[in-house]
Amino acid sequence: MSREITITALKYNPSDKNSKPTFAEYKLTETPGMTLYIALTKIKASIDHDLSSDFVCRAGICGACGMVINGKPRLACKTLTSEFKDGKIELLPLPTFKLIKDLSVDTGSWMKNMSIRVNSWIEAKEQIDINKIEKRVEPEVAQEVFELDRCIECGLCVASCSTAIMRKDFVGAVGLNRVARFQIDPHDKRTDSDFYELIGDDEGIFGCMSLLACEDHCPKNLPLQSKIAYMRRKMVKA
Amino acid sequence: MLRDNIVESILGKTTQKRKSRIPAKLDFLQSATGLILAIFIIFHLLFEASILFGKDSMYAITKMFELDFFIKDGSPIFISILAFIIFVIFIFHAFLAMRKFPNSYREYLRLKTHAKLMEHSDTNLWIIQITTGFMLFFLGSIHLYIMLTQPENIGPFASSDRVYSDVMWPMYLMLLVSVVLHAGVGVYRLIIKWGWLDGENPKKNRLKTRKIIKIVTIIYLIIGLFSLITYIKIGYEHRDNYGERYKVVSNEN
Ligand code: HEM
Ligand code: SF4
Ligand code: FES
Repeated sequence: MSREITITALKYNPSDKNSKPTFAEYKLTETPGMTLYIALTKIKASIDHDLSSDFVCRAGICGACGMVINGKPRLACKTLTSEFKDGKIELLPLPTFKLIKDLSVDTGSWMKNMSIRVNSWIEAKEQIDINKIEKRVEPEVAQEVFELDRCIECGLCVASCSTAIMRKDFVGAVGLNRVARFQIDPHDKRTDSDFYELIGDDEGIFGCMSLLACEDHCPKNLPLQSKIAYMRRKMVKA
Repeated sequence: MLRDNIVESILGKTTQKRKSRIPAKLDFLQSATGLILAIFIIFHLLFEASILFGKDSMYAITKMFELDFFIKDGSPIFISILAFIIFVIFIFHAFLAMRKFPNSYREYLRLKTHAKLMEHSDTNLWIIQITTGFMLFFLGSIHLYIMLTQPENIGPFASSDRVYSDVMWPMYLMLLVSVVLHAGVGVYRLIIKWGWLDGENPKKNRLKTRKIIKIVTIIYLIIGLFSLITYIKIGYEHRDNYGERYKVVSNEN
């Protein structure tokens, strides 16, 4: 019933001068319902204490465990080992982010820079008086904003994007989605022309080639395809 | 003008302290030129396929493009003019689309490895598009230049002689495959890029769009291949009379 699986991981420590990139191979027994989070924890506990990878929530919420799993950028905690019929799984760190060690990359700094770059905050239309009843927002509009707010900044959209792979200044689907979120939000006073200042160039919306690897790899199923097209239509007219 | 450019190239902003609108125009024009070329190709391949209905049909179409309904016997100059217009749009499109090519060894390596690892449908389609786009630089130019300079050499015999006796068929075969694939993927991507058919369910409509475009692309490949084979056949049969021009024998027009 339980089978043996082979996990291969790229190991490299950029801050160690003597480190050489190698593909380490680990054999372990699969347990029922095993995710890659569980498998990697087992490997780290009993086979290789030196292997690095990131996890926080193990429930697809924090976005820390993104890695390339058999070629595809995915969340390790949401990937079952049983999916891979031949029992062979190859793990690589996410490209486009700074490598910390082995499978661990620094998405945090990238996301922080992106947030600053696209001014990822509300510019309120008016001073809110908290003693008054809030202004009504249409439920459909609020729902649309909440939908885009579900992004967990895992970076899978960036790691799967061919533009981002080639050009490291590209803002990525996560950044374009963020701008769309504020563009839709009725609390925000910024106009399309203001948003153009943030993403109106080849590193922004016009760098996107519509290959939709972002849409197809986003673990939160955000509507990136339609929201990026929406922002493009707004920005060519801004 | 130069001062404006100096300010923008140093600051990334125009002298009015706002971002240039040029990138927006370039993105729009890349799509617009691609769309015009695609629409042109859609009709071009059909007209060219008139040979499947016999030499007379193809001859009639040729004459129509020489505007024989407008001036007596028509004039090939109109074909030159059309070829010129298409050539200009074609060069402009290539100039714009070129910006998207991987343009260093490292970019090339990263893209290639990424696409290979990920095996992602639309990413692979784009790889087809840049590959065929690159081929079209050369193949499209050869074809357009000939149409521009020898518009009188179009017709059931003239074209077939070129295809067979002038050994242009390998070029036309590659041109056909690359242009049909390129235009097919291009139109699909245009629809996605601007969200034209997003509707209520963009995910579902994307799959539908891709399926329809795939079918149409295959149909065009088949039509194109059969037309080319027909030209080769006529050229082969006509090889000993190379240079002779077609005359309508039947009395249908
Ligand atoms: C008759 C010939 C051609 C047709 C029908 C055609 C059509 C198209 C279309 C519809 C698009 C999509 C436009 C967009 O994404 O905005 C496109 C993109 C592209 N074309 Fe062409 N094209 C032709 C010739 C060429 C040539 C000669 C090149 C050579 C450089 C080229 C290179 C490209 C590239 C690289 C793209 C992708 C651009 C991107 O990803 O944004 N095409 N083409
Ligand atoms: S948009 Fe999706 S893939 Fe991209 S960072 Fe957010 S949750 Fe991750
Ligand atoms: S550990 Fe939080 S998303 Fe995987």
